[in-house]
Amino acid sequence: MRRLLLLTAALVLLAGPAAAVNPDEQLKDPALEQRAHQLSKTLRCVVCQNQSIDDSDAALARDLRIILRERISAGDTDSQAIDYIVARYGSFVQLDPPLRLDTLALWFGPLIVLALGGIGAFVYMRGRSPAAAGALTAEEEADAAEILKSDGAR
Amino acid sequence: MLAEVGQFALILALLLALVQSAAPLWGAHRGDGVLMAVGRQAALLQAVFIVLAFGALAWSYVTCDFSVQLVAEHSHTSQPVAYRFAATWGSHEGSMLLWVLILAIYGAGVAFFGGTLRETLQARVLGVQGVIGAAFLGFLLFTSNPFLRLSPAPVEGTELNPLLQDPGLVFHPPLLYLGYVGFSVAFCFAVAALIEGRVDAAWARWVRPWVLAAWIPLTAGITLGSAWAYYELGWGGWWFWDPVENASLMPWLLGTALLHSALVLERRGALVSWTILLAILTFSLSLVGTFLVRSGILTSVHAFAVDPKRGVYILGILAVTTGLSLALYAWRAPAIRTGALFQPLSREGGVTLNNLFLTALTATVFLGTFSPVIIEMVNNDKISVGPPYYAKTFAPLAIPLLALVVFGPMLNWKKDEARKALVRLRIPLIVAGVVLAAALPFGGLKGIATAGGLALATWLIVGSVWILGRRWWSGRAYLGRSILTTPRSIVGLVVAHAGLGLLTLGITGVTSWESDKVLNMKVGESVAFAGRTLTLTDYALTEGPNYQAKTARFAVKGPTGAYDLRSEKRWFPSAQSQTTEAGIRVGPLGNLYVSIGEESDAGVIVRLWNHPLIVWIWIGGFAMAAGGAVSLSDRRLRVGAAVKTQPLVQPVPAE
Amino acid sequence: MKRLLFILPVVGFVGLLAVFFLGLGRDPRALPSVFIGKPLPAFATAPLRPGDTGLASTDFQKGEPALLNVFASWCGPCRVEHPVLMRLRQEGVVIHGLDWKEDAPAGLKWLTERGDPYVRAGNDPTGRTGIEFGVAGVPETFVIDKQGRVRYRHVGALTPEDWDQKIGPLMEQLRKES
Repeated sequence: MRRLLLLTAALVLLAGPAAAVNPDEQLKDPALEQRAHQLSKTLRCVVCQNQSIDDSDAALARDLRIILRERISAGDTDSQAIDYIVARYGSFVQLDPPLRLDTLALWFGPLIVLALGGIGAFVYMRGRSPAAAGALTAEEEADAAEILKSDGAR
Repeated sequence: MLAEVGQFALILALLLALVQSAAPLWGAHRGDGVLMAVGRQAALLQAVFIVLAFGALAWSYVTCDFSVQLVAEHSHTSQPVAYRFAATWGSHEGSMLLWVLILAIYGAGVAFFGGTLRETLQARVLGVQGVIGAAFLGFLLFTSNPFLRLSPAPVEGTELNPLLQDPGLVFHPPLLYLGYVGFSVAFCFAVAALIEGRVDAAWARWVRPWVLAAWIPLTAGITLGSAWAYYELGWGGWWFWDPVENASLMPWLLGTALLHSALVLERRGALVSWTILLAILTFSLSLVGTFLVRSGILTSVHAFAVDPKRGVYILGILAVTTGLSLALYAWRAPAIRTGALFQPLSREGGVTLNNLFLTALTATVFLGTFSPVIIEMVNNDKISVGPPYYAKTFAPLAIPLLALVVFGPMLNWKKDEARKALVRLRIPLIVAGVVLAAALPFGGLKGIATAGGLALATWLIVGSVWILGRRWWSGRAYLGRSILTTPRSIVGLVVAHAGLGLLTLGITGVTSWESDKVLNMKVGESVAFAGRTLTLTDYALTEGPNYQAKTARFAVKGPTGAYDLRSEKRWFPSAQSQTTEAGIRVGPLGNLYVSIGEESDAGVIVRLWNHPLIVWIWIGGFAMAAGGAVSLSDRRLRVGAAVKTQPLVQPVPAE
Repeated sequence: MKRLLFILPVVGFVGLLAVFFLGLGRDPRALPSVFIGKPLPAFATAPLRPGDTGLASTDFQKGEPALLNVFASWCGPCRVEHPVLMRLRQEGVVIHGLDWKEDAPAGLKWLTERGDPYVRAGNDPTGRTGIEFGVAGVPETFVIDKQGRVRYRHVGALTPEDWDQKIGPLMEQLRKES
């Protein structure tokens, strides 16, 4: 019995990796709860290593989940609710990086790489086409003539 | 005593690596056969000594020699033997030793099997390999010595992190390292080719199998990592875009591009400079990955303990290795005879397009992983990049690539026509179109993505199997023989590309239809979820070899029948940490995933997930690796199956 | 032109190396405060000590720089930094305390047993007040200037080195500011 109590105490006090929304946090309205659920997946738990507040067991994650649900219940739109938390913890808390001047490269980089690479591939393949190879140079003509003259002797 | 032997073996290995660096490179330059032979011997001996060193460390772990500091920090007498052994690579120092071991074995492989190579080429490859080996051995000995002693030796060690006490630890790191380090062979070949100033048929024949030999374990390792995270971490995720995961994905993406380029190079002699550049960049990404995990530049659940001093050393290795090779590329590559010609619409053109997309995908992952570092340096604001970013950037780029995958093998070499190619593919097009049309009406706007994903998966699977279908149909007069004599490289291709289709199927299923539920339950209560009924039948204390647990048992009634599931929270007293073990019912149509949380007066928290089709993600991943293995086993394309050339006609002097 | 393309990879790589090298110096887990340079958001908390008036944002606009120390009796590193705070108090540094996520009696017991370095002290049983200015855990110490603006956030226990190298000099500088 004592072991059971000790074990329970240990398990309760120490957070382990397990995803994390508790039944008592959930909103009654399923549509609002679903919104909150989706939004919490986009918010980082700042005291964990690379988890969203939806996945994390940390106390701060729980607090932020509750605050998020309060804001949504109070009638905030999705972006207003997120902004509330960003105003307090910074843009670091958004797993979906904001579209700003300094994140332009981040968001448009992939497309730019594809476009530049596409142009490069196009130019490259045009150069590789047999039609572009052109005629033989004088040197190559001479080499070819010599090979033809030597009658296939190895 | 054994640890000292291990340490001494490492020192000898370092000296041999230095010899291996200098002798063959100088020998190739001077045409000195003796020096080049010295390089081969050095490579073989170096491998022997590192095997010895690794064995010494592993033995210390298995026998629980707590006088070795590493063993004291990561092992425990109550730890099962398999994990005592696997803990050899469960730390920074030990995993570095594994890295160096695999590097040496690959080097010995080049020395041993490279008899058919031009001697100067082999020497230069070994020389470059020696430089890399020496750099990492130096790193080991000077900053991360695995054989440090602990005095006085403790009676009992600190246990290995319980999350790592799993079969996954036995296989995941070795497979990944076989991949990362395996790409060093292609790297060495590329640099050797640049030094020599030419690329010939022998070079191409060598590079492709060795790239494949690295690609296969990397694919398997990443897949295994995903599956391990799924059942171990307790919340059913299978990919987190964590920086260290990205560090394994980037060399994989570029390595896939390298594989296909090497294939074209070998068959057609085209894409020469591309293959060289990709070989350099793929291994460089492996090095970047090592840097990421060990330097502390980014946070990650996977990262080893942070030590910036180690980070600087690895950065130095990266700077020299990649910097010098890219500089060499800039200097020498333009002069290398350019490869064969081809029309844009051809298999070579297809591979070029494939490379383009894979490079863009690699750039995406790279941007996502390193932007936080760059942006913070530029304007001191921390941002965060997580799964939502990749969903918006990676997925849209991957989709056209997946569609093109089916076209590639169907195109002719050198020159093809669009209409003819489409006609060849009419059956898969029709089947995929039917699936798309059938799936579209369901699910509204989001359903379009789902229907698209299902159609894409069908397209990949049917389109790949269709290669065999066409082949066997045209040989249908002798169907049995036609099937049996199918070249393994083609079977490998089909299995790998179809595996990609299975992967797409799994991802579509899970992303579209995943659902979850969380509630408090007391023993005896039931809940209905995703077409199943779960009843909590028991909740009690249990014991394991080195842990105590609170175990919940569930009786489940589902469409496939009735079965039991068990989920527990384990407490490891010596490591003072807790893990959650989920109960998972695996099925081809979907997984049921149960995980328990904290308990309170209201009962115990039970979390339920439904993961439709998720198992196909890992079946697909392993199928890709299997396809690669089948292709590798094709004797025609492996070096070593050397055929003695005979002139067809004996020249007869004219009388 | 073709040459130029071949040089691109090595040039790009050198740039990347620079990024990596500079990136090694930073701590990826550091949490900069959003409020640096901005005033502390308005708040008021219940008193921690009986007969006291609690802690409010207006306490930080009294014309001299102050430290806001967020602590709790259940927090291990708080134990480590406590003697440092006591010493600083003796040297005349103004420190206000916020007892975070526990009931007032527990916090009060902590102060009675270990000593009280705080000029003003408030109790935040739910942690909500701390969340208003981005507290992520305990202990954390904010450096507030004469106008009540946040100038620096220190996460973790305040060691003597932290004071000597960073926070002490900053407080000096803030004192000299108008």
